[in-house]
Amino acid sequence: MEAANLPPLVGQQFDDIEQQREAAKLGMWIFLATEVLFFGGLFLGYTIYRFTYGQIFVHTSRKLDVLLGGTNTAVLLISSLLMAFAVRAAKLDQRRMLTWLLIGTALLGCVFMSIKGVEYHKDYVDHLVPGRHFEWHGADPHSAELFFWIYFAMTGLHAIHVTVGIGIMLVLALLAWLGKFSHGNHNTVEIAGLYWHFVDIVWVFLFPLLYLVGHR
Amino acid sequence: MNGTISDSESSMKSATELVVERPGEFARLNYLSVHHGVRSWLLTKDHKRIGLLYLFTILIFFLIASVAAALMRIELVTPQPKLVTSETYNKLFTIHGVLMVWFFLIPSIPTVLGNFILPMMIGARDVAFPKLNLLSWYIFVAGGALALWSLLHGGVDTGWTFYTPYSTTYANTHVISMAAGVFVAGFSTIITGMNFMVTTHKMRAPGLTWFRLPLFVWSLYATSLIMVLATPVLAITLALISVERFWGVGIFDPKLGGDPVLFQHLFWFYSHPAVYIMILPGMGVISELITCFSRKPIYGYAWVGSASMAIAVLGFLVWGHHMFVSSQSVYAGMVFSILSFLVAVPSGIKVFNWTATLRKGSIHFATPMLYALGFIGLFTIGGLTGLFLAALAVDVHVHDTYFVIAHFHYIMVGGMVMAFMGGLHYWWPKISGRLYPELAGKLAAMITFIGFNLTFFPQFILGYLGQPRRYHVYPPEFQIYHVLSTAGASILGVGYLMPLIYFIWAWKHGRVAGPNPWRATGLEWQTPSPPPEHNFEQTPVVRGPPYSYSAEKDVDLDVASI
Repeated sequence: MEAANLPPLVGQQFDDIEQQREAAKLGMWIFLATEVLFFGGLFLGYTIYRFTYGQIFVHTSRKLDVLLGGTNTAVLLISSLLMAFAVRAAKLDQRRMLTWLLIGTALLGCVFMSIKGVEYHKDYVDHLVPGRHFEWHGADPHSAELFFWIYFAMTGLHAIHVTVGIGIMLVLALLAWLGKFSHGNHNTVEIAGLYWHFVDIVWVFLFPLLYLVGHR
Repeated sequence: MNGTISDSESSMKSATELVVERPGEFARLNYLSVHHGVRSWLLTKDHKRIGLLYLFTILIFFLIASVAAALMRIELVTPQPKLVTSETYNKLFTIHGVLMVWFFLIPSIPTVLGNFILPMMIGARDVAFPKLNLLSWYIFVAGGALALWSLLHGGVDTGWTFYTPYSTTYANTHVISMAAGVFVAGFSTIITGMNFMVTTHKMRAPGLTWFRLPLFVWSLYATSLIMVLATPVLAITLALISVERFWGVGIFDPKLGGDPVLFQHLFWFYSHPAVYIMILPGMGVISELITCFSRKPIYGYAWVGSASMAIAVLGFLVWGHHMFVSSQSVYAGMVFSILSFLVAVPSGIKVFNWTATLRKGSIHFATPMLYALGFIGLFTIGGLTGLFLAALAVDVHVHDTYFVIAHFHYIMVGGMVMAFMGGLHYWWPKISGRLYPELAGKLAAMITFIGFNLTFFPQFILGYLGQPRRYHVYPPEFQIYHVLSTAGASILGVGYLMPLIYFIWAWKHGRVAGPNPWRATGLEWQTPSPPPEHNFEQTPVVRGPPYSYSAEKDVDLDVASI
């Protein structure tokens, strides 16, 4: 009962917890804006070459496994739902619930990465990984190879972000178990949630651009 | 001197109270004296100490990059190569460009003066994220270490622009590690920009509304906006160059249907706004100096502040003017040309408002003011020659010549470095608690101005006559301009060495400054010098607009006696 009355931890540079929360949230949004532009370079490259080599991109896209890609979309969306519940649990001071939700989010992230790994392996077996082993029997193999470069660059950069996110979630789960986010100190969970949702949204754009352009 | 130092061993509070009451004292309990040892510096979260860490670090890069420039200038005294081979010359201008742009100019004013002054200007105890602030310095050092590693292992010869396909396919130098160094340093820039934006939004003292902010804060905010939105594009571009070099990703490779010009688009989408990262903070400093040493409020405050934001926004729309001769369509060229001309409007507003501020002011020619006046002249020349380059036909004639070199050095050295030096002199009493020797300061400012013009003005003529940049062999008829330029560079070198020497001397032996030697307005002057660890004893409350100077009241500010 005593612990519940402890004031939240406020950095010396802030006047109160509200200022600290607002600052942290704004900082995260600004960081996400930089991430949009970071991915933006690749999206620009994709757009230009999709415009230049439209038909070939459509044909090449059919080589990707829509079922696995679609499953992964669902996995990430559900993980985002768990993350949203986690933020709620943190605000309501539900330590046990928060810990499990964070672990669940991280686990779904791992499922995503595993499916991605299976896909990458399939691409490797099918000689779709650009470079020396790349084989393409349709028209314009070079542009097809370019599509796969862009596919690997975009999904690879996204995968790096998911991996970082999984690490963050596991650390947060540990800290949550230790009770670090109770008594109004839920800010960290909230801004980590913003990051996780961002990674999810990037995939929501990648999936149709890469997997669905070849399907009607 | 001992008499002026408060000899009480009591708490910080009483020590600072004494100082405030008796101007001209050295605050004994300050951010430098509260902690001691290397650890206290390497683990500090104090924005003021981090500013000094940055100052020390960028100084090292400035020295290395200056040595590269000096070697180039010595080589260029003779039309035929005497000192270095073509390969070495290519590496020299690359290292000069990379280090000066990313490891000196971009961090210069924001990370040193911005870090030190911004929180104090807005009445805050620190930036919003002190730990990230320290982290940004470590990331910067890591990026710099990577850059130095590539330098020691043979350097890079692509030029600071890393143009494809040379950088991706043909160059046999350490492009990947150098690009990685710049990539890493970019994240330090992003963190600093994010930190400044959040600090400005959320940490302002009570009563300090947006239109009461000092103009230095406005310019840092505009700069941060560019840092945050442009730098990630550079990061992904450099990452693409590295993976293309390593694995042969074809995004810039025509063999796979990629386009090398796409690199130029991506690079300049970052690098043109980055040019404004390298001038906007300088403009902010000049606004502070001009008002203080004319003893007048700035003319048209809102216009000067908005002009910073306008430059930041327009800066994102003009990148194509670097590509007038890179197969860009004529119509795109025309649009980019018009948009580039538009940048002259907010820049012109600033210059006119600074000069209007001088009018009927009580002007004091202290060292910072000499740098500020130098800035206005040199920036005007740099800006006007920028309009030559924004004009399509003229650009075809002078593209990639010394004219371009002279133009951007007038902005970056004549502008930004002059402003950096002016700001460093202006806030030096706050940073160190002591005054630099005024006479030596004035001398150095004038030597810098003369040396700078002698170095770079001949290069306008050289470029107009047709000497391309990045060559170390040239026709003999150009020799006179190169000799003049090299002579100027040696004078400029003296102008930079002098402050280095007297600042180090003044750190211990300078006269004690007191909290506000310039009798300037602004919250940073309402606390002892050097400031206490958390800047203010009590959070200040702001009740009016900035720059409440009055020419009549302050005519007795006797700079000579300082």
